[in-house]
Amino acid sequence: MNSVPDIFRILPEVVLTITGVAVMMIDASLPAGVARRSLGWVAAIGTTLALWASLWQLSLPEGTGFYATVETTAFTVFFHVLICGIVLVSLLLSLDTLPERNHHQGEYYALMVFGAVGMCLLTSAVELLLVFVALEISSISTYILAGYRKETGRGPEAALKYFLLGSFATAFLLYGVAMVFGATGTTQIYEIARLAPTAQNHGFVLLALAMMLAGIFFKVSAAPFHVWTPDVYEGAPSPVVALLSTAPKAAAFALLLRVLYEMLPTLRPVWSPLLWVVAVLSMTVGNLAALRQENVKRMLAYSSISHAGYLLAAFAGLGSSGIAAASFYIAAYAAMNVGIFAVVTLVSGYDDKLPLIADFRGLMYRSPLLGSLLIFFLVSLVGIPFTGGFFGKFYSFSAAVGGGAIALAIIGLLNSGLASAYYLRLAFAAAQRPADRSAETPLLTPQVGVAVGAALLLAVAATLVLGIVPGEVLRAAEAGAHTLQAIPEAGAHVITMAPQLKP
Amino acid sequence: MTTIDQSILTLILLVPLAGAVLVALLPDRGKLPNWIALLTALLSFGLTLHLPAHFIAGANGFQFEINHVWIENPAIFYHVGVDGLSLWLVVLTGLLAPVGVLASWNAIKERRKVYYALFLVQQTAMFGVFISLDLMVYYGFWELSLVPMAILIAMYGRKDGPKAAVKFFLFTFIPSAPLLVAILWLYARTGSFDFATLQAAVVSGSLPAGPLCWVALAFLFAFAVKVPVFPLHGWLADTFSEAPVAMAMVVAGKLGLYSMLRFHVGLFPDQARAIAPLMIALTVIGILYGACLALVQRDFWRLIAFATVSHFSLTTLGIYGLTFTGWDGAIYQILNQGVIEGALFVLLGVLETRYGSSQIAAYGGVASKLPRTATFFVITALAMIGLPMLNGFVGEFLILSSTFTGVSRSWAFAATLGVILGATYMLWLVQRLFYGPDGELATMKPATDLHFRELAVLVPLVVLMLVMGLAPSIWMSTIEKGVTPPQVKGAAALHETLSPKPVIAGSVLNASSRLEAQR
Repeated sequence: MNSVPDIFRILPEVVLTITGVAVMMIDASLPAGVARRSLGWVAAIGTTLALWASLWQLSLPEGTGFYATVETTAFTVFFHVLICGIVLVSLLLSLDTLPERNHHQGEYYALMVFGAVGMCLLTSAVELLLVFVALEISSISTYILAGYRKETGRGPEAALKYFLLGSFATAFLLYGVAMVFGATGTTQIYEIARLAPTAQNHGFVLLALAMMLAGIFFKVSAAPFHVWTPDVYEGAPSPVVALLSTAPKAAAFALLLRVLYEMLPTLRPVWSPLLWVVAVLSMTVGNLAALRQENVKRMLAYSSISHAGYLLAAFAGLGSSGIAAASFYIAAYAAMNVGIFAVVTLVSGYDDKLPLIADFRGLMYRSPLLGSLLIFFLVSLVGIPFTGGFFGKFYSFSAAVGGGAIALAIIGLLNSGLASAYYLRLAFAAAQRPADRSAETPLLTPQVGVAVGAALLLAVAATLVLGIVPGEVLRAAEAGAHTLQAIPEAGAHVITMAPQLKP
Repeated sequence: MTTIDQSILTLILLVPLAGAVLVALLPDRGKLPNWIALLTALLSFGLTLHLPAHFIAGANGFQFEINHVWIENPAIFYHVGVDGLSLWLVVLTGLLAPVGVLASWNAIKERRKVYYALFLVQQTAMFGVFISLDLMVYYGFWELSLVPMAILIAMYGRKDGPKAAVKFFLFTFIPSAPLLVAILWLYARTGSFDFATLQAAVVSGSLPAGPLCWVALAFLFAFAVKVPVFPLHGWLADTFSEAPVAMAMVVAGKLGLYSMLRFHVGLFPDQARAIAPLMIALTVIGILYGACLALVQRDFWRLIAFATVSHFSLTTLGIYGLTFTGWDGAIYQILNQGVIEGALFVLLGVLETRYGSSQIAAYGGVASKLPRTATFFVITALAMIGLPMLNGFVGEFLILSSTFTGVSRSWAFAATLGVILGATYMLWLVQRLFYGPDGELATMKPATDLHFRELAVLVPLVVLMLVMGLAPSIWMSTIEKGVTPPQVKGAAALHETLSPKPVIAGSVLNASSRLEAQR
C-alpha cells in the first residue's frame, strides 16, 4: 500500500543524527591538543546534506510513515528546509567566533545538530507522543547550549532558568496530551481531529488545548510566557542565541499550526480569541519593554517577543491564508534575526565584551561592512519594503484583516511604528560618529572570516529574496498550508473514516 | 530605438543601484568612490535626458511604460511610466545627482564609500517614486527613500545626528502606516494596485464614499507631512541643519508635492475638492508662518528650512486651488525649487566649509573676500524671491494669478504678502552674510573663492534659472499636457483663467489611452 520506505520519511533526521554521532565520535577519537574547528565543517556539511534530503522529499508522494507517526508533505519540507538553513548559518557563525580555547567544541557542534534533529522531527510528527519526544530532543540540546559560557555567572544562570521554566512548559504540554488521550482515546493527530468534535468529555479537550497552548507559547516566547527570554538571550553565547531565537521557534510555530489548524480546527471559536489576546499582549509588552533596554541582546530578546505577536496575528487568518502567512513570516523573521545576531556576535564577541547600545556607537566608522549589515537587518526588522520584514508583516496583517480581525491589524501596525523607535536607536547609534577616536583599538574592529562571511551572505540573500521576490517562498508556504488543511484520507496504517470536518 | 524606449525607465532605476553596488565593492581609497559616484550620476542624468528627447508631446497618457507581473499574490505589477507631470521631475532628479556628488566632493571626508553608495540608493528610490504607477511599488520606493537619508543624517549630522535622524524617520514613517492601510483597502475593494484602474474605480463611484473619504485623507496626511504643510513641519528645520548638504538638496520637497498632485488630487478629485478650502487656509498660514519664522532665524540652515516651508506652501496652494493654471505653476515651481535650492545649498555649503559656522551673525562683509560666491548667491536669492526674468517668477506668478482669479482674492492677497516677506528675509540674509562691516569670520579666517568644481555645479544651475525664466514654454508644453485632461484638450490651460470658478477635472491625468494607440 505504502510504496515509500518509512526511512525516507525521516531521511533528513537520519542524516542529521548520523552527522551528530560522527561529530561526537571524531571528537572523542582526536587527541586532546588538536584543534576541533574542523568538526564544525563536518556538522555544516551534514546539515547541508540534510537540507538537500528534505528538498528531495518533495519528490516523494505525500503520506505518513512509521505507523502514522511522521509525515512528509510540502508543509514539513518547508519547515525542514527553514530549520536546516538556520542551523547551517548558526554553525557557520560559530565556526569563526567560537574561541579556540573552548574545550567543548566537539559537543557544541554535535548539540547544534542534535537540536536540529529534534526541531525537524517536531515539524513532521503527527503523533503527540512523538511530538513530545521531539520537543525534548530539541530542548535538551538548547538548554545545554544556552549555558555554554560556564566561566561567567550569566551562562549557567541562563541555562538553569531556561531548563526549569522549559521543563515546566513541556510538562504542561504533556498534561495536555494526556487529557486529549483521555477524551479521545488516541494521540494520533488525524484521529483526534476526527474524534474531538464528538468527544463526550468536551471539557477535557478544551483543557488539553489550553495546556498545550501554554507549553507552545512558552517555546515561542509569547507573552505572558515570555519572561525567560531576555535573561536567556543575555546569558547565552550570541551564536547560540542566533539559533535559539529562530529555529526552535520555527519548529514550535509549526507545531502550533498543526495543533490549531489540523488537530482542533473545530475549536476555532475558542482558540481564535485566545490567540488574539496573546498576539496583542506579545506585541505590546515586547515593544514597550524593548524601548527601555540598554543591552542589545535584551532589546533583541524583547523584539523577538513582539515578533511572536505579529506572527500570531496571522493565526487570525482563515484557513490556508493564515497558515501561509504565518509560515512566510517565520521564514522572514528567521532570516533577519539570524543575520542580526550574526552581526551582534561579531561586534560584541563571543564573550559579550561590548553588550550595550552605547558600545555600538560608531560601528559604521569602525567597520562599514558590519555597520551597514546591522542597519540593513534593523531596517528589515522595522519592516521597510524590499526586505523580508516588510512582506512578513504585510502577509500577516493581510491574513488578519482577511479573517476579520481589523483591530488586530491596526494594533499591529501601531506597534510596528513603536518598534521602529528602538530599532532606529540602535541603527543610528551605529551610524553616529564615534565619540572618541583614540579609543579605537584592534579589538574593536572585528574581522569577518570565510565562514562568518558565508553565514552573513546567506542571511542577507534570504532577507533580500524574501523582500524582492517573495513569490516562490510564498508559493511553497501556500503549498504547505494546503497539505496541512487537507487531512489525508485513510492514512497508511491508521484506519480512518472519510474526514467529516466541516467547521 | 524602441527597445531603448521600452527599457529606459528600468535602466534609470538600475544604473544608480549598480553604481551603489560598485562603490560598495571597490575599496575606499582616495577619491575613488567620488569618481564612480560622479560617473554613475552623470550616466543616469544622461539616461533621464533620453526621456524628454523622445517624449511625444502631443500624446495622452503615460509613455515609456513598462508593465510586468512582479508578485502574483497580492497582484503587484512592476508598472512604471512617465507623463508630462513626472517627466521633468525625473530629469530634475537626474540633474541634481551630479550636482549633489560635486557638492559633497570635499565636504565628506570620512567613509566616502558608505556615503556615495547610500546617495546613489537614494537616487534610485526617488526615481522609483516618480515613475511608479503601481501603488505598492510606489509605496515601496516611498519608504525606501527614507532609509539612506536617515542613515546619512545620523552619520554626518553636525551636532546631534541620531536625534534628527529619528525625527526625520518617524515623521515620515508613522503617517505612511495609514497610507499603507489605505492602499490595502483600495486593493481589497478593487483587486488592483494599478494607478489607472484605481483612478477609474474612484471616479466611477463604485467605492463607498464614507471610507473613501478616510482613504483620501490618509494619502493626504502622508504627503502633507513630507512636503511639509503647516502644522506638520516639525522635522524639517532639524533635518536641514543636520543632513549632509547634498542630501537635503536632492530630497527637499519634490516627493511630497509630486505625490499630492498625482496620488491625492489625481486619484481622489472629489475628496480633494472637499478638503481644498482647509488646505488653502493651511497653506496660506504656512506661507506667512514660514516666512515670519525665517525672518528671525540665526542659523542659515534653519532660515532656509523655514523659507522652504513658506515656498512649498505656496506650491501646495497652487495644487489645491484646483485650477489648471495653478497646477502648471505648481509643477513648474517644484522644478524651480529644485534648481534654486540646489544652488542655494551648494553656496551655503561653500560658506560653511570655508568658515565652519552656520551662524548668520558671525558673517558679514564676505563679498569682498569671496566675490564670485556673492554674485552667485545674489542671483540665486533673486530667483528665489521671484524676480521677473528668473525662473521663480514664472511659477509664483502662475500660482498667485490662478489663486486670484480662480479661488479667492483675499487668499491670493494674503499669499502675496508671503512673497513680500520672502524678499525681505532673503535680501536681509544676503546683506548680513555678504555686505556690511566685516564679521569676525571674514576678518579672522582667510578663505578661497569658488573652485572649478563648484563653478561647474553653479554655472549650469544659474544658466538654467535664466533659461527657465525667459523661455518657460520649453517645459510648459509638456507640463500642460500632463495636467490638462483630454476632454478640454486644445484649450490652453492658461485660457482657463477666464472662467471664474475652479475647474476640477474628472482626473488630472488620463491614463486610459495608452501609447500603443498612438503608434
